[in-house]
Amino acid sequence: MTQSTAAVGKSRRLQDFALLVACILAAWQALYMIVGDVAITSPVTTLGYAIELLPSSDFRPHLAASLTAFGNALLISYAGGVLLGLTLGFHRFSGEVAEPMLGALYSLPKIALYPIILQIFGLGLSAKVAFGALHGVIPVALFSMNAVRGINPMHLRTARVLRLSSIETVRTIVAPAIIPEIVTGLRVGFSLTLLGVLIGEMFASQHGMGFLLINAINLHDVKMITTLIFVLFLFATVTSAILLAIDRRLHVRV
Amino acid sequence: MTRAGSVRILVAAGLLLSLEICCRSGIINMTTMIPPSEMLGAIADLARSGRLLKESLPTFRNVTIAFVLAVGLGVIGGTVLHSLPRVRRVLDPLLASYYAVPFFALYPLFVVIFGLNDWPLIMIGIVFAGVAVVVSTLNGIDRVPPVLLKVARIYRMSRTAKVRLVILPAIALPLFTGIKLALAYSFIGILAGEFILASAGIGHAIAFAYDAFDNRTMYGLIAFTLILVTLMNMGLQACERLLLKGRSR
Amino acid sequence: MTLVREQGSPGSSGPSARPRELAPRSGPATVGASKLHAQLTGVTKLFPAPSGENPVHALGPIDMAVERGEFFAIVGPSGCGKSTLLDILAGLAAPTDGTVVFENKPISGAVPPGIGVVFQEDASFPWLTVWDNVAFGLRRAGLERGETTKRVEHWLRFMGLADFARAHPAHLSGGMRQRVCIARTLVLEPRMILLDEPFGALDQQTRLLMGDELLRLWRATGATVVLITHAIDEACMLADRVGVMTARPGRFADVAVTRWPGDRDSRIVSDPSFGQLTGRVWSILRDESIKAIGHAEGDIGGRSP
Repeated sequence: MTQSTAAVGKSRRLQDFALLVACILAAWQALYMIVGDVAITSPVTTLGYAIELLPSSDFRPHLAASLTAFGNALLISYAGGVLLGLTLGFHRFSGEVAEPMLGALYSLPKIALYPIILQIFGLGLSAKVAFGALHGVIPVALFSMNAVRGINPMHLRTARVLRLSSIETVRTIVAPAIIPEIVTGLRVGFSLTLLGVLIGEMFASQHGMGFLLINAINLHDVKMITTLIFVLFLFATVTSAILLAIDRRLHVRV
Repeated sequence: MTRAGSVRILVAAGLLLSLEICCRSGIINMTTMIPPSEMLGAIADLARSGRLLKESLPTFRNVTIAFVLAVGLGVIGGTVLHSLPRVRRVLDPLLASYYAVPFFALYPLFVVIFGLNDWPLIMIGIVFAGVAVVVSTLNGIDRVPPVLLKVARIYRMSRTAKVRLVILPAIALPLFTGIKLALAYSFIGILAGEFILASAGIGHAIAFAYDAFDNRTMYGLIAFTLILVTLMNMGLQACERLLLKGRSR
Repeated sequence: MTLVREQGSPGSSGPSARPRELAPRSGPATVGASKLHAQLTGVTKLFPAPSGENPVHALGPIDMAVERGEFFAIVGPSGCGKSTLLDILAGLAAPTDGTVVFENKPISGAVPPGIGVVFQEDASFPWLTVWDNVAFGLRRAGLERGETTKRVEHWLRFMGLADFARAHPAHLSGGMRQRVCIARTLVLEPRMILLDEPFGALDQQTRLLMGDELLRLWRATGATVVLITHAIDEACMLADRVGVMTARPGRFADVAVTRWPGDRDSRIVSDPSFGQLTGRVWSILRDESIKAIGHAEGDIGGRSP
């Protein structure tokens, strides 16, 4: 009985999801019918072009370039952000000094920095990796720092009462307490690193999806613009849905 | 001032000073970056020639309009969405992934819809910034203690009275997280639009100076933008502290 | 300002010095129609189970009548539906079955005017000062300024909050915040005050003193008071009648009449009959609490005498 009702809930969620997709497609189609080919292509055309474009040898190098840059940027964002965040979290005074500065950096429109990044790194992979990491590192650091600050002091006192070694304390108390919050940070960092890399490619590269996008804008290739946005949107939504599910599962335990 | 505050100022000053020294001593090539003092000089020159005002006015006007509308529409949207839990659950992954996609690439679409004026840019700002406000409104309402909603019912409040008198004051602080992000995202959306296509505004001027190898102007404009955004952000933080005064638990 | 209504003030009805009867005895959960203030008939509450299994039978069927000006306390094991009962009585929740009548009018889905509720959780508005919290309802009702000031100041003084009028709740202790909530409720002069474990989060001494204050304001307002609590001594010390609830689904196992004088205070805890009363209530509640905790009866010391 329980299982069947859970299945009912799941099927309803699938239904809702299908309805959402249908609504988006309908709105898209309606928009297309109002503004026409000069601004956007229809869902059918876009989907057809996407299927044609994705496996083509013209496109694949750009996809690979974007994924390489994104992977590198993500690695730097995650490693740097978690390291910085944990340090600032455990060293209270540094955290107190750094928090408003990180907050200010978080809300800077880093897009204005692209000429500087270009001056320093030149056109190419390192510029877009730097741009991606620049966007991703701060949210990861902020979430990691707050994760450490949010550890229940009673739990740490319990660890001392139980005479746990520091390794045991980290393994059994600290890690389970901070991981869910850090994963939330990684999720936010994922989205922003992707945005950073794409912006970097648009303004500071000659390869990658972002470059294709800015190129299509300059050539006014509406079909290409719509298709690229569609593909990026699909990628970002699917990955963040997965990350969100992991995030939720970790938070339920707490 | 607190000890942390003084140390913070020292750290910031130290960073600027070392940048200055690096640039002056040639460790950082002058063609790559000009020293911070030169940036200030460039800002002063731009201000004196009147160019600063001319370039930045459209940008800040558009950002202000976009920011205000994004906050207003975001709060309304978030409140409505919170009352529709089923819709919200379906939209959740979209809200979470939203910022990964450079929607400002749809600028040409907005131009077709709104015409060749400031509105396409403002719309990009609103669309980009509004979602941050929607998300923080949702998070804020989630955390309103249920007992306060019960109190609203005991006072027999209408739905609008409940939102105005209980929910909005209760979420004011979490909402500020979204409001600060909204400022950042209105800037990102509008500067990106200006970089790509616009013929005016500070983003356009930066891109123009970059293409013309006019380093001094470019750095002046970038520094000016960053300083101004930081000041606006500090203003928002001051508002937040004012709200927090007395009611922090 | 007339805060004291003559009708049904228990202070005037009972003898003042000693309880009329030392041994507490049972009384009916219903009263004569003339003094009836609120009545529940066959009230039942089922909560739909999240997994779609059989719904949870939380409460009832319950019949209960509260007299005008009476102090009625409800004790019960945790999870027996006490708070649900209060929500239904307040109009905050609708019963699955049965009717609720307040002042001869059925309650349906909304809180009727004349009912004030104080919750266990801190329900003060953290963004308002103490003064503004207390004035909140009066301002909403559009009362003129002078009258608002007069009433707010009266209740701030009554609750010992006069010196904290300009403070925010965050700067007060838990007990003081609860006083703010009580003052905010009383300033509207409700004819029936419902309290859902209002002192649950306070320490024992503060609770006894808050109990005294509750008696004081009950006498001052003449309002009907329904108090939900898990503390037997609190219920027995404060109330005219104590309804003892069973484990879920909550029903009344017994209603004890305390027969305390109207001008009682917390010192009656030293009265020998107080011990008899609490002992009697506990003997019923003990079995029910064991059931609620989920032990077999034999696990904890067998049946009570």
